[in-house]
Amino acid sequence: MEILYRDLDDPELATLDGYSKRGGYEMLRKALSMDPNDVLNEMLESGVRGRGGAGFAMGKKMSFIPRGTMDKYLVCNADESEPGTFKDRELIQKNPHLLIEGIVIGAYAIGANKSFIYIRGEYQHQADVLARAVEEARAAGYVGERVLGSDHTIDLVVHRGAGAYICGEETALLDSLEGKRGNPRLKPPFPAVQGLYKGPTLINNVETLMNVPVILRMGGAEYARIGTETSTGTKVVSVSGCVQRPGNYEITLGVPSREIIMDLAGGPPEGRSIKAWFPGGSSAPVLPGDDEYLDLPYDFDALAKAGSMLGSGAIIVIDDSISIVDVALKTAKFYRHESCGKCTPCREGTNWTVKMLERVQTGEATPMDLDIMASVQEQIIGNCLCVLGDAMAMPIGSMIKHFREEFEAHIEAAREANGLGAAIPQVNRARQAGPYPMLDPADVDPTAAVA
Amino acid sequence: MAIDPTQVPRFAHGSRVPGWDDAADLTKDPAVVPDPATTPVPQHVRVAIEAEMAQYPDVRSAAIPALHIVQDEHGWCSPTAIEQAACVLRLTPAYLTAVATFYDMFSTTPKGRHDVYVCTNISCSLLGADAIYQEMLSAAGDDPEFHVQSFECLGACDIAPMASVNGEYVGPLEAEDCGRIVDDVKAGREVLPDKQLRKRKVAVEHWKGA
Repeated sequence: MEILYRDLDDPELATLDGYSKRGGYEMLRKALSMDPNDVLNEMLESGVRGRGGAGFAMGKKMSFIPRGTMDKYLVCNADESEPGTFKDRELIQKNPHLLIEGIVIGAYAIGANKSFIYIRGEYQHQADVLARAVEEARAAGYVGERVLGSDHTIDLVVHRGAGAYICGEETALLDSLEGKRGNPRLKPPFPAVQGLYKGPTLINNVETLMNVPVILRMGGAEYARIGTETSTGTKVVSVSGCVQRPGNYEITLGVPSREIIMDLAGGPPEGRSIKAWFPGGSSAPVLPGDDEYLDLPYDFDALAKAGSMLGSGAIIVIDDSISIVDVALKTAKFYRHESCGKCTPCREGTNWTVKMLERVQTGEATPMDLDIMASVQEQIIGNCLCVLGDAMAMPIGSMIKHFREEFEAHIEAAREANGLGAAIPQVNRARQAGPYPMLDPADVDPTAAVA
Repeated sequence: MAIDPTQVPRFAHGSRVPGWDDAADLTKDPAVVPDPATTPVPQHVRVAIEAEMAQYPDVRSAAIPALHIVQDEHGWCSPTAIEQAACVLRLTPAYLTAVATFYDMFSTTPKGRHDVYVCTNISCSLLGADAIYQEMLSAAGDDPEFHVQSFECLGACDIAPMASVNGEYVGPLEAEDCGRIVDDVKAGREVLPDKQLRKRKVAVEHWKGA
């Protein structure tokens, strides 16, 4: 089912005329004639969940914004940096006005009068397209003071980032938007209470906001009928890696994952098979390419139940010609580079995971290192201000869990290839930290001191 | 396997990390907000930064846009560039330096004018991006005009392996494309017109008949 991708290739769609011809900004008129609470209720009824990664119900998030006349803000998160994800890039480039309409309606529903689109710095062309579209919309009176003669005033600024994955995290994004280093903040207070410039702030992903006019057109209840009960609507899925036809495909949530990977994206190259796949960007735990996982319905809850997550909807396929050790090292290096350094478990955990994986790759590691690595991942999860550390810990932990034999076989093969001699016997490195062997405990009586 | 400290690769200043412990000159006072009377700022730079400042409730929000502007002007975030931005924004150079060092797109060391970012993240490296990066490095050679950098996911895994050449996304790249990129940039032409992302159709259309 195509909603966001309908006619997306028409070059006219990026212009105000082409967009208006297809019924563009009609929903804005409709929203302005409604009470903001009714617009909010439509969103609640649709059950649409955030498309950025966390999958939090969008209507609920909107309803957390306090009522009142204080300065409120709406921020569109277009800092799409999750490895494997490229849906927002295509949507912004080809249909910028749908995003603008979604933002203006969303701002009306929560009573915000200042909004920002934080687009990643690398998307220069897309930022230009967006800036041009905002100018067009402003000239036509859809953005600015007293939109279309109503009481609603909304200012929209396109803010370019400068290359930092962490700025996709909502509180880090706010810090970056305030002109600081992009460090995440302690929560609570949540941005809905105290966000940008200390005002209540709603932050939503590009695809989520683009669904706002769609929901208003269909009606929330009607929209909720698409997809499954808890994962409503359509989702743009970015498929990449070892597939024959990589790209963005819009699917109805709940279709079998096999259909996306094999039918839409063409499956792995001839003669190869799927070894593993990331179901939702590099932060999602990997799943093996077994039938039981490929048959999973592609929706939020089914993937969560299988021990992974839908995340940003980016499927990265790894075929059997790829070493899982290489993938693990690439993943860990990415998070080491992007860790902002504020919280110790993430800053140190990502760094040491890379070092341990490098030892695995050169054959210097022992199978015991895999246990230590797995325990490091466990100690990162839940111990930081944001989930960047968890985002490394989950895929690395899952790779060790599902592909332990391959890691062990790789260590043995690399040891042999690098001429490192006989295997180092297993020692408990957690107890033996120094360069000297521990004293033999045989002639020590541990109960002696007690008596 | 004990670590031999003499074998650990170190930078010239003795550290294993580039620059984090660059000695601060403690005999100098900390730099203050530059005086407009003694800090010449080109008129077009000042106008551009002031236009950005007017967009935000707080001028500090214009820090990143201002750094983009001065980096475009000077080629890198040089002390002069940062001083000019600080002068217009009425912030200290230290504040802006702290911001500039956080983000990958700002360089506080001299670099070539033409940015070539080669994506070497998961999806691209599954399809041979590391070899493309090496090829790109040797294609650019020691030309000081080029700044070739391996980059984290640029958000274009559909055209993996890919690169961003002065902001233009091109891919999927093959080894021989690296030489063409260098030639196209040097000649001031459009980069790889047949491989530009902006001309690519949506996946369903692109692969039709393939």
